[in-house]
Amino acid sequence: MPLIKHGAESADPWDYVEGEAELADGGYFTVRLSRFLAEAPTLADRNTRVGVRLVPDDDVEELVPYLQQVQLIEIDFPKYTDGRGYSQAQLLRRRHGYTGELRAVGHVLRDQIYYMNRSGIDAYETVRADLPSVLDALKEFSEVYQPGAGGQVSVFRKRHGS
Amino acid sequence: MYRYDEFDEQMVRERVAQFRGQVNRRLSGELLEDEFKPLRLQNGVYLQLHSYMLRTAIPYGQLSPRKLRQLARVARTFSKGYGHFTTRQNIQFHWVALKDVPAALDLLADVEMHSIQTSGNCIRNTSSDHFAGAARDGIRDPRPWCEIIRQWSTFHPEFAFLPRKFKIAVTAAETDRVAIRVHDIGLHMRLRGDVLGFEVHVGGGLGRTPVIASLVNEFVPEDCLLDYLEAIMRVYNLHGRRDNKFKARIKILVTELGPEEFTRQVEAEYAAQRPNEKIDLPRAEIDRIHAYFKLPDFAEKPETSAVFEAAKAADAGFARWAKNNLHPHIMPGYTSVTISLKPVGGTTGDMNADQMEKAADLSETYGFDDVRVTHTQNLVLPHVALDDLPTIYAELVAAGLATPNEGLITDMVVCPGLDFCTLANARSIPVGQAVQQVFADPDYQEDIGRLHVNISGCINACGHHHVGHIGILGVDKKGEEFYQISFGGRADEKAVIGTITGPGLRSEEVPGALKRVIDTYRSLRTSKDELFIDTLTRLGHDPFKEALYATD
Repeated sequence: MPLIKHGAESADPWDYVEGEAELADGGYFTVRLSRFLAEAPTLADRNTRVGVRLVPDDDVEELVPYLQQVQLIEIDFPKYTDGRGYSQAQLLRRRHGYTGELRAVGHVLRDQIYYMNRSGIDAYETVRADLPSVLDALKEFSEVYQPGAGGQVSVFRKRHGS
Repeated sequence: MYRYDEFDEQMVRERVAQFRGQVNRRLSGELLEDEFKPLRLQNGVYLQLHSYMLRTAIPYGQLSPRKLRQLARVARTFSKGYGHFTTRQNIQFHWVALKDVPAALDLLADVEMHSIQTSGNCIRNTSSDHFAGAARDGIRDPRPWCEIIRQWSTFHPEFAFLPRKFKIAVTAAETDRVAIRVHDIGLHMRLRGDVLGFEVHVGGGLGRTPVIASLVNEFVPEDCLLDYLEAIMRVYNLHGRRDNKFKARIKILVTELGPEEFTRQVEAEYAAQRPNEKIDLPRAEIDRIHAYFKLPDFAEKPETSAVFEAAKAADAGFARWAKNNLHPHIMPGYTSVTISLKPVGGTTGDMNADQMEKAADLSETYGFDDVRVTHTQNLVLPHVALDDLPTIYAELVAAGLATPNEGLITDMVVCPGLDFCTLANARSIPVGQAVQQVFADPDYQEDIGRLHVNISGCINACGHHHVGHIGILGVDKKGEEFYQISFGGRADEKAVIGTITGPGLRSEEVPGALKRVIDTYRSLRTSKDELFIDTLTRLGHDPFKEALYATD
């Protein structure tokens, strides 16, 4: 599954570690929110980079105290029809000012990427979509009716001079 | 009426291009049907029993002659020459081929129309009072705010994959003609001093679990409305149930949390919004959109019209139509005309292309280019001079559009049922037609007075049977169609869910049983002024149940 970010296919040093398995020294790992919260106090002392994988049931507010120290948050879309990840992304980016990588994983399809991008997700581990189709998807609409994560000025505002 | 600017135009054109690509990818096999389904649904394309169906949005039921003529063209070119108006003020074209949908959407875009978000688990078309701006009881015109909501909800990135579909309705009148209390969000415009705001009702709905909405906020000032809607939507998107399709509507969340806790969560979410999260709707933009909805320049006319009075005296048919199908207008000498799409024996809400063009002509010549769709599946010419009514009536008669039954027992709401729909358990259209036949005599209908009969062919309740004064629900019992009757529902400002009377009836028993109920009402009412629903409230359901199950 290609990782696409910043308009290009990207190498991916990160691995997702299920459950409580050991995190090798010097590696890049994402873990579930509950494990992250449990180990958070010791993370700064370690040589291992630890990110978080959020699932739809997770409450992003629990992660808020750690947003300065985390470099990668993955938002899992187990089914593309489960839209909770869009709200999680909006909360992280727009309410809590998270500036690190926000990556969609799971059932990530070409036709959801436009909405993901506008919700603040900036990296996509896609199921089948290749780079050209993702780039197409990102530019299907020139204008927006609502403010979003990308800072694009809404039509409501644009009509009256931004 | 609102006109697209270059931004709106571009948005709709880009949507057609996007969907054309999606259709091509589906037809080439690159997209799996399961992946394509939500994409086609968000463009109003359903796969039905016999073919695809295209549902096109008519935002808040607002049409113009130009739009109506284009709908006629789409009906002729891609369907079988007719369209079906729905209870959410939209239009459906059956028999459309998938490969033709992008071309149909091009035609719609040419007249500032689209099928965006007419299905799928997203925010749907916002519905409104079909007499908006014309009726005497409206404190303001709700349409500008419906248009603002339309734009805000279009391609909203956070709310495209909600737990379930989401419907908003807005009224500005004390008499609720848009059924706000059975919508996911119902907004009632209110004034506090000079400040306009919205009373916010959340969690109404029909379907298998009918619920009357809870009052969540008595007054949200207009400049806070979109942000408040965002808060409701986010609470729903994050916490609405996704484990069971039938428990996924917001009404279940409100019921399970309790209205107080739900309201607390919405208020907390609203309070947590930061300045950068606000929708930022400039006052100038609110004013810009309102300017499109200025009322026409009405002529100064006397309250009564000699031409109108003379025609009534001369033609009993005209007098009857005028008595039933007109609604009082804000301006002296004007009225609002309902064009009934419920001829006895017809298919509720259907209109053929010739009729659409006729209605467009009438609107253009006599109606200030304004046409509305009602949620009871009729059309309305909201602004017509009394002087013009005899001519309009003659034209409607010639087009088969002069059925004089607005609000009467034959003006039924009927879903497409098993004749078209994959969800249905039973047929609706033939049962509706059979009931209409029993009450076909216009004198009989008028004697009965205002009475709403609503028919659904399955528990999903597209025919709004829960809120009919008499509701009819088709069910399947071991391969046979049965019809459950309910009494006492209403969708207006006194909204109530009807009560099921007892065992279902066979389809052929329904018309006779309803006739017994109606004749019982006629014998028990205190006077002709006491409507069926009021007699029912006064006496309780028992005498009517007895009549329903009596043997002739």
